[in-house]
Amino acid sequence: MLKGKQSWWFANRPVIIGASSVVGPEEGSGPLAESFDLVHPELDMQQKSWEKAERLLLEQASEFAVQKAGLSRQDVQFYVGGDLMNQIISSSFAARAIGAPYIGVFGACSTSMESLALACQLVDSGAAERVLAGTASHNCTAEKQFRYPTEYGSQKPPTAQFTVTGAGAALVAAQGNGPVVECATIGKVVDLGIKDPFNMGAAMAPAAVDTIQAHFNDTGRSPGDYDLIVTGDLAGVGHPIAKELLMKNGVPMDHTEFNDCGLLVYDVEKQKVQAGGSGCACSAVVTYGHLLKRLAKGELKRILVVATGALLSPISFQQGESIPGIAHAVAITAGNGEGGEA
Amino acid sequence: MATAKNGAGRFDKMAMSPKEYQVYAKEKEPPRSILGNCLKAFLVGGSICLVGQAVTELFMHLMNMTPEQASNPTVAVMILLSVILTSLGVYDKLAQFAGAGSAVPVTGFANSMCSAALEHRSEGLVLGVGGNMFKLAGAVIVYGTVAAFFVGIAHLILGTGGQ
Repeated sequence: MLKGKQSWWFANRPVIIGASSVVGPEEGSGPLAESFDLVHPELDMQQKSWEKAERLLLEQASEFAVQKAGLSRQDVQFYVGGDLMNQIISSSFAARAIGAPYIGVFGACSTSMESLALACQLVDSGAAERVLAGTASHNCTAEKQFRYPTEYGSQKPPTAQFTVTGAGAALVAAQGNGPVVECATIGKVVDLGIKDPFNMGAAMAPAAVDTIQAHFNDTGRSPGDYDLIVTGDLAGVGHPIAKELLMKNGVPMDHTEFNDCGLLVYDVEKQKVQAGGSGCACSAVVTYGHLLKRLAKGELKRILVVATGALLSPISFQQGESIPGIAHAVAITAGNGEGGEA
Repeated sequence: MATAKNGAGRFDKMAMSPKEYQVYAKEKEPPRSILGNCLKAFLVGGSICLVGQAVTELFMHLMNMTPEQASNPTVAVMILLSVILTSLGVYDKLAQFAGAGSAVPVTGFANSMCSAALEHRSEGLVLGVGGNMFKLAGAVIVYGTVAAFFVGIAHLILGTGGQ
């Protein structure tokens, strides 16, 4: 149901009955290592290409999410997925393995919440009973496609971010135990003219601000209604910008804990990740791995995940175009029953 | 930021123009230590050259080569070392520390070719490795040649070209 201008209110309270996260070695040595279902010790995951490794991550996360709900692949009615690769090959190839009717989406690093919001909308509207939402990214596929060959010796500036290797998937159902998705706010594309692909946090921050404000305007809620609000991958440069802009605009962000998945997934001081994490998997593994577990434990009651995406392509920035940003917000509560397995 | 005039919203949209935001965002960037980076580049770049000099000396003393004769095998050895370090996944980590110090010497050029060849191996030997090996190095060759052409012209005009 439309609420306000750009938000969906899920009156039938769709439930995340199973969620999973799978990560690579760098994330596995970060502060959230315990939260993930599987940590791969090697970046190549014994695959012949980086692209195959990324696909494997998504297939595994999807499989685990379904298993945790006590179901099998055949029970997935629709699969909504996307990733950063050209023509979203990781998702499409993973969808081939999953075998469910597939809706491919692209929202760059905001794909995690874009796909979750769509999955919830399908379930809430009665178009489906069980929908799987998933996304993945791999540090080396992203480096290869957007930057330089992985072994190329280039010095990254401190504003650069480190693409998370991992995948996250969530199975949304009309009924069951688990965290409940209350509403979602679909973001607009916002571009304030940042052109530096090594400073995507600053490029995406205005989009996060726009979506967060739209969410509060549409739902009538305030930051204080959430125990935690996280942005997707604004990291060390973009997150403080977003906070400052929100406070400037009179949004009382000090009434909640405001953090960023790109800052949570790594120990930014110790790990060599420059400003922090990024990539589709960044918000996906932090939400589906870490945050849903905190909701299940009762440490958090209600959270807002604002996944942020930089909608650039390797061609667009080489042609001197600025970087359009987008952000999608999804509100999740601890839900009903025994909390379910997250 | 998109402006919504008189929206029902409680929170007003930002009154920051793209230009203002770009200036603001620039101020938020963590400072980069130019002096520190120069020093690191000098030390690492200098060390690579020192290794190169040592290799040249070896060729001169062990194989009785002249400095001119020793230069070609020296370059080959340096390229080999760079390719080995690239393949072991060390060179890119060195570069994050050294910056220009590891990019400018011939080892950096070898790294750019080797890394591209490794990266695109999964796309086949011909179109993958062959087609992408010069992806980064190609620019160096093109502009190196163009620069050499203009330097050559300048030498000709000024009469400083040595025979």
